Amino acid sequence: MGADNRRRAESPRGAGRQVMPWREQVRSYLQHHRKVATDSARRLWRAPVSALMTWTVMGVALALPVALLLLLLSLQGVSSGWESSARITAYLALETSESAARELVAELRADSRVAEVDLIDRDQALAEFRASSGLTDALDFLDENPLPHTLLITPEERSRSAAGVQTLVTYVEGLPGVERVQVDLGWLQRLNAITELLTRATWALAVLLGAAVVLVIGNTVRLAIENRRDEIVVAKLVGGTDAFVRRPFLYTGAWYGLGGGLVAWVLLQVSLWWLGGPVERLAGLYQSRFTLAGLGIDGGLALIIMAMVLGWLGAWVAVKRHLDDIEPGDTAGG
Amino acid sequence: MIEFRQVTKRYDSDHTALAQVNFLIHRGEMVFLTGHSGAGKSTLLKLIMVMERPTAGEVIVGGQRLNQLPRRQIPYLRRHIGVVFQNHQLLFDRTVFDNVAMPLEVMGVPHRDIGRRVRAALDKVGLLRKEKMNPMQLSGGEQQRVGIARAVVNKPPVLLADEPTGNLDPELSADIMNLFARFSQVGVTVLIASHDIALVKAMDRRVLTLDHGRLVTSAPVSSGASHGR
Repeated sequence: MGADNRRRAESPRGAGRQVMPWREQVRSYLQHHRKVATDSARRLWRAPVSALMTWTVMGVALALPVALLLLLLSLQGVSSGWESSARITAYLALETSESAARELVAELRADSRVAEVDLIDRDQALAEFRASSGLTDALDFLDENPLPHTLLITPEERSRSAAGVQTLVTYVEGLPGVERVQVDLGWLQRLNAITELLTRATWALAVLLGAAVVLVIGNTVRLAIENRRDEIVVAKLVGGTDAFVRRPFLYTGAWYGLGGGLVAWVLLQVSLWWLGGPVERLAGLYQSRFTLAGLGIDGGLALIIMAMVLGWLGAWVAVKRHLDDIEPGDTAGG
Repeated sequence: MIEFRQVTKRYDSDHTALAQVNFLIHRGEMVFLTGHSGAGKSTLLKLIMVMERPTAGEVIVGGQRLNQLPRRQIPYLRRHIGVVFQNHQLLFDRTVFDNVAMPLEVMGVPHRDIGRRVRAALDKVGLLRKEKMNPMQLSGGEQQRVGIARAVVNKPPVLLADEPTGNLDPELSADIMNLFARFSQVGVTVLIASHDIALVKAMDRRVLTLDHGRLVTSAPVSSGASHGR
């Protein structure tokens, strides 16, 4: 034993390293991690009320921005649905002959930006108008058909963006015989603008609430550090590295995150279930395919992992600020 | 094993805790550190533990100059120094066993070895049967022995004790001191700070006496060759 001591004394850095093969060390390291992880989880479990309160605060803070993001995602689904059905209506001049109209149709069909062109000739338009408007008698008084030939143009898929439709409109407006072009994209653009604005606002909110979560966890972990001050001092005295001392608190943060993520997920699922029926009815009234998008399994996992990362981060902030201050300096007394 | 060269420690600007202290303690030696309260005993021990850094001079432990020791290396040095405190520094939220196991856990000793080594240490201090108890249930002398078991469980080459018998009656104090003497017999360098002059004299070892931060005697009280009783 004397020889052993001498060898170790001459290189105090080595500690257990030279004695233990690396495989043993890895195993004992993992064993230690598992022990610390279960131990920190057990500590939370022992104070269930305060843990639950922290989880709930975190859950609400996380559920709010995620719910808004889900809503925006659903809205984007609506607008993209409408974009695909965007159609350009071109009214030809009254004096345009049917053959000229058919030439225009052929020309447009040859255009790469156009998927489909329908011609509604004047007579057909009048018949449809008569059927749908109920103004049969009034129309009978007219000498002449007041309606022009009409082209219904469906843009090719890649030209269905707002800008693509706009250039196509300009092109069609320039064609001979076209008197007026109509495309009802106004409300779509407005919806897009609102969605974009809301998306930005939501991200800002998400960042703020994320920071709040980090601070809440940081404060909770700070209290945990205060409660375990003696243990930290002893661990540092017997040669615990900073990483060793930090580890339980980082795990505590991650567990808070896990709980918070689960609460957020439950809140979201309950809200979806609660809102699902009314939303469906409302969408039905507007004849829309709008549905609230759920989180799904991937999304739920991502939410929980995100929450754990935030919890870990909060713990890290607290540990950085408070743990290094605890040094076993004042313990030995006068 | 422990060497101080012209070590001075000054707190703030005016209070000098240690002034130009020189001494050398060999491997396996058992040395007492005495002096009035506030003479600098604790400061000296803290310098060895790198809980404090000297204002001037050099502290060398196990051949390593502590002045240049970077902060993140400090834990590895402390693993080679067992410390016993007057107030034990035991944790009351866990058993005796878990208290003693702490230095081994910190070092990453495999789980199955921890049990064996903790029991060996508890056996040395005669507390093998109390491993499952809470330290709070133990007497003052027993608590101090748990502290000693924790200090020696990883077989450190250096053992420091700060007033280890401070709260104990004379008989228990002598028991504790004999325990320290046994460790020095197997090659552990032992340095004990104590103001219990009678006890120190009875142990018949080299004594370092501090007076207002100055080392006044560093010679053996008598011959250092005889090992206790």
